[in-house]
Amino acid sequence: MLFLIILILSFASGFFLPWWVVAIAAFLAALFVGKTARQAFISGFGAVFIVWVVLALFKSIPNDHILAKRIATLFHLPSWWLILVVTGIVGGLVAGFAALSGLLVKKAFEKEEVLDKQM
Amino acid sequence: MKFIKAFFSIAFTLALIWLLQTKHGPVPPVGRFLSPADGFWQNAESKHILASRTLNLPGLTGKIIIKYDENRIPHIFAQNEHDLYYAQGYVTATERLWQLDIQTRSAAGRLAEIAGPQALEIDRYHRRMGMVYGAENSLKEMMAAKPIREMILAYTDGVNAYIHQLGPREYPLEFKLLDYAPEDFKPINCAFLLKLMSETLAGGSNEFAMSNVLKKFGANATNDLFPDYPMREDPIIPAGTKWNFKPLPIPKPSGSFLAAMNDSAKRVVKEEGIGSNNWAVAGSKTANGYPILANDPHLNLTYPSIWFQLQLSAPGVNVYGVSLPGAPSIILGFNNNISWGITNVDADVLDWYQVKFKDDKKNEYWYNKQWNKTTRRVEVINIRGQKPLTDTVIYTHHGPVVYEDKSKTTAHTPGFVPIGDALRWIAHDKSNELMTMYILNHGKNYDDYRKALTYFNAPASNFVFASRDNDIAITPNGKFPLKYKDQGKFILDGTDPADDWHDWIPFDQNPTVKNPPRGFVSSANQSSTDQTYPYYINWQFAPYQRGKRINDRLSAMRNATIDSMRILQTDVYSIRAQDMMPVLLKYLDASKLDKTQIAAYNTVKSWDKNFAINSVGATIFNAWWLKIYNMIWSDDFAGKSLRDNYPSMDRTEKLIAKEPNSKWFDDTRTPVKESCTEIINAAFTNVIDDMVHKYGQPGKAWQWGIVKKMEIAHLTNQEALSSGNFASGGTGSTINALNNGHGPSWRMVVQMGPTVKGYGIFPGGESGNPGSFYYDDMLKTWQNGELKELLFMQSPTEKSSRIKTTLIISNQK
Repeated sequence: MLFLIILILSFASGFFLPWWVVAIAAFLAALFVGKTARQAFISGFGAVFIVWVVLALFKSIPNDHILAKRIATLFHLPSWWLILVVTGIVGGLVAGFAALSGLLVKKAFEKEEVLDKQM
Repeated sequence: MKFIKAFFSIAFTLALIWLLQTKHGPVPPVGRFLSPADGFWQNAESKHILASRTLNLPGLTGKIIIKYDENRIPHIFAQNEHDLYYAQGYVTATERLWQLDIQTRSAAGRLAEIAGPQALEIDRYHRRMGMVYGAENSLKEMMAAKPIREMILAYTDGVNAYIHQLGPREYPLEFKLLDYAPEDFKPINCAFLLKLMSETLAGGSNEFAMSNVLKKFGANATNDLFPDYPMREDPIIPAGTKWNFKPLPIPKPSGSFLAAMNDSAKRVVKEEGIGSNNWAVAGSKTANGYPILANDPHLNLTYPSIWFQLQLSAPGVNVYGVSLPGAPSIILGFNNNISWGITNVDADVLDWYQVKFKDDKKNEYWYNKQWNKTTRRVEVINIRGQKPLTDTVIYTHHGPVVYEDKSKTTAHTPGFVPIGDALRWIAHDKSNELMTMYILNHGKNYDDYRKALTYFNAPASNFVFASRDNDIAITPNGKFPLKYKDQGKFILDGTDPADDWHDWIPFDQNPTVKNPPRGFVSSANQSSTDQTYPYYINWQFAPYQRGKRINDRLSAMRNATIDSMRILQTDVYSIRAQDMMPVLLKYLDASKLDKTQIAAYNTVKSWDKNFAINSVGATIFNAWWLKIYNMIWSDDFAGKSLRDNYPSMDRTEKLIAKEPNSKWFDDTRTPVKESCTEIINAAFTNVIDDMVHKYGQPGKAWQWGIVKKMEIAHLTNQEALSSGNFASGGTGSTINALNNGHGPSWRMVVQMGPTVKGYGIFPGGESGNPGSFYYDDMLKTWQNGELKELLFMQSPTEKSSRIKTTLIISNQK
């Protein structure tokens, strides 16, 4: 559920809002529907990793990856798809930690016993 | 505890975002740069381009139709000239916005604003040598001429129309890499661009080094080693051409000059062989009976490409060629009636004056037997991440005192600038070069060509011309100061009015020739004239080899076609080898060589003197010749003050061929006395041993195209955005002068006639975006030495299978 919400929010925001909006999306989503720290981080990371890779491919495939190849060289990477992976990881990390933060804020305000049960 | 955990997690996430949103040294903001929404992925252009598109822009008076061909070269059709130059500005900005921005910043001394302190010294130099001062002077002149003012304002509006519709995610890649935003284009940027051309082509000087040579060796040796006319020459205006004017009186040399030239008185290295070619062949020598014109200007090749190719058409004008991004009109090109091209003259239009200040306040300087007031110009340089620097430059009536004392210099100060001297430079003067281009773009005949040239000040250029009326002509043209002979060969005396620039050579007395009997005109940066021309233009020009080869080939040519011109433009035959190989081989004693050296000797002996890609002989000759050159001069001309300012290769050839007993052959650093024979033999064995060490036994690794490095570098010098090294033939002294990143930045051949036909190619592409298919799509054709037929349309409705897309721009209400 959390994964899907972050996926949809960051996909939609990617067309018109600045890049760091994915962090807000992941944070808020985890705040409301997050369950565990592990699940929040993995959902945030995985969703934005996928969204960024897909959006990047959306641009790069009709470009025959000519720019991705040049930027990979610029970052001293041997192949264009590695810059794609790095892109996914950077977006993923930001969203993962944002989701984790959302979840931890949620926990901080939750009642004690609910937390105990889950632990 | 849970609150602390949450707090730390949020703090960590925010820190991560900040880290990824900020530029760190040369590294762009990584998060923003990599994000598919904002970053570089947005600059990946799709290969699917809409076949037709419409657009509304503010400030147009009619409808603009732009047809793009298969190389994405725009063919602009407007209903009036305002809209035409507006459209030129708009399409130039769509393809080259970052280039427009960075070259203006470079000329204006504003690189540190975006690059930080590391660019500060370049900025200071540009400010202190008066680039801004010169651009401001030129702008006044440009804006005073109505057609030019309207042209510049329309072009500026066109560029800004593009900038204003641009969001941050559409910024060109380099803005994202360097993390800054484009700013509005201003009319003065056109002036900056022209000053930049002056700096590139007429901004170097060796007067400082020459003055030190004079001090060290005295006048006799200096005049002998640095003569005012080369041994071998084939001047631009054919030797023997009569001057049909009465020259002005030549100014008298100043007292200090005469004293320095008297031996009893005690008291930026230019790169040789870099230049350009152009020529025009009369109808009597061509297959179709009309003239053919050719031009290939050599520059330091860069990405984005130096030139932007396009066709400009409106009622009253229809012209095709290349433009400089940042200036309206076509700079090199043709229309239905005329064609023109340029090469650099290399006139002596930059001089240094020793200034005598009254005291350390430097408020007054001695000139014309009295104290005169200096003026001051304050330059504020903004620096990224630091407080702005305020730099005050002192001006005398000559111009800026670039570095008035040692305290103003740093380790990065250009070494050719003498300390304490004022700079007099043609680029400081008001000028209106765009008027020349405007008239040529609209030109119909020889008279228009002559009229156009009167407006061109700097950088002085050899303007070649051909017309449908069967006229050909060439004019080394620019604003030339009227000087005494050699005035400016050395640093001048700033206290003496006799050393000032006195007047100008009248325009109609600039060297020129129309329809000479030999049936062609040409230039390759060599001496403008023979020694009968009454005025001094410079004491040193590019060596004669390219000019000689062009003239030899054109003299022999009959029934010339486009393809004969193409073959000549890519010719790699070495006149230097033709002149020097027999002499060098005469000195070389083959009996003392070992087996490998003999093999190399046989290769170079049987070499056909072409600097071809696969030639091993070329590699050996080149290394051998450079070694000889260095061995002769490096002992006498070493040291910072002489700046390795060696006598010319022409003078060296004369020394070897005619003065084998000269004292200059002796290496003063060794106890023994070397002779010409010893130098030439030692150079050969040393070079062959070095090459075996570097490349192994003679073979494929010795081929010229493999040994010589050649690359087209991106303006940021980022390897990832550059062409990479590629094999190429030619060298500085061959017509196809590919050398050390320099080379033909545009090759053009135009066949005049009832229907004009243009052919051309440049190394790169129309787009400045490394993420575009049109960034370097023409490189391969250029590397292969081929030309493309230029699609010169007579109307927007003309059908052509080469037209791929159409853009229609109408006025936004």
